Amino acid sequence: MSTKKSLKAQNNVLSDAKKQLQLLSNSIFLSGQLPTFSQKLQSHKLPSIKPKQLEILQLNIGYMCNQVCAHCHVDAGPDRKEKMSKPTMSQCLQVAHKHKIKTLDITGGAPEMHPDFRWFIKEAKAAEIPEIIIRSNLTILRANKKYYDLPDFFKEHQLHIISSLPFYRRGKTDRQRGDGVFNKSIEALQKLNEVGYGLQGTGLEIDLVYNPLGAYLPRGQEELEEEYKHALREDFGIEFNNLYCITNLPISRFLDFLVASGNFEGYMTKLVNAFNPSTVGNLMCTNTISVSYDGYLYDCDFNQMLELNVSSKSNHISNFEMDALQNRNVCISQHCYGCTAGAGSSCQGTVV
Amino acid sequence: MSKSYYQPEDLLKFGSINEWNPELGKKFFDYYQSVFKKGTLSEREKSLIALAVAHTIQCPYCIDAYTTDGLERGIEKEEMMEAIHVAGAIRGGASLVHTVQAMNIYNKLSM
Repeated sequence: MSTKKSLKAQNNVLSDAKKQLQLLSNSIFLSGQLPTFSQKLQSHKLPSIKPKQLEILQLNIGYMCNQVCAHCHVDAGPDRKEKMSKPTMSQCLQVAHKHKIKTLDITGGAPEMHPDFRWFIKEAKAAEIPEIIIRSNLTILRANKKYYDLPDFFKEHQLHIISSLPFYRRGKTDRQRGDGVFNKSIEALQKLNEVGYGLQGTGLEIDLVYNPLGAYLPRGQEELEEEYKHALREDFGIEFNNLYCITNLPISRFLDFLVASGNFEGYMTKLVNAFNPSTVGNLMCTNTISVSYDGYLYDCDFNQMLELNVSSKSNHISNFEMDALQNRNVCISQHCYGCTAGAGSSCQGTVV
Repeated sequence: MSKSYYQPEDLLKFGSINEWNPELGKKFFDYYQSVFKKGTLSEREKSLIALAVAHTIQCPYCIDAYTTDGLERGIEKEEMMEAIHVAGAIRGGASLVHTVQAMNIYNKLSM
């Protein structure tokens, strides 16, 4: 299932955000077979989604990645060159410092591949951001000798690591993320354990992310976490802190898979039928702002990939205005069903 | 008019059976939900049992529901297949054990 090139490099029609949005708004939603997300909210007497206190600034610092995962919503890969400039990084830190942002959540691509990654982390620590999350794909830690010392660097700066490991056995992981990914991920986790990550009393956190390998929803986060912990400990002596179950949102490469495999309508129906109104108040778009590599602001990383800018006059990190942003309505479309299905889904796993 | 007795989308309408008898329907679905909650057995183990039973009773709705349920829980195809073989073994065994009866009758009637 792993592709070798990004959709963009393949000139795939779904590398165009507008085409994705059209697909998500037409077909079964246009015919009225399924309610749009907006109609669903209204039928539950839920108003438009408004932000609460801003706690997390999520920065996508670039799309370059050493992997080309089959489900990637960023369409990241080695052929993607987009990256955040140093001045934009500095502006992000100024905003985070000024507004006492609790968490800086750094993602990509593989954020470690950004040439200014280490400089940026040192600056973020100097800006006294209480928590810094790195979304590491793990394999980058073993991809090249120049990255071998990253576990020590992470430890030195007390970074919170969150990593995808689609399954605790090789087959499923490699099918989603590419051949050899599982073995390298295990090696990387062992290196992180060696410096103290995931071990009690160290305060160094490594969380793992599970997402389904196909057109079905995740469930049973707690039970799956127990299984992961048992299997990784027994088979490889690996420890980690939490497992987050994340639903695949119907955008980018996963949307391409859904359409190509004839699963689009069935998957959207599943998401709509699993709509859980109690997730709406806890969605990540209510406490997070996502910043793209070129400094624009979005309600979440998914809206960023769909080029749905925040609905506010303050729409770039260079003109960040907290009041204007707090008064905005979150931009929604049918992909939002992915975050409201079942126990909900966010970058920190389930939401209820 | 449908050309098949079974329609995949009917699975999602299971709850509509309550329309004709809400009292018994509610009791059934409450019981059903309680059965599948984690107890001495895990939810995962119960899902595999359900999949095996689904094959024994050859219910297409149940096979659909518990293959999907297994996928959602991270159950691997090898585990599903082993569970289904347990169902197959019991089903096959149930046929074969009656051979003893056939043998008894054969032996009794034969000179």
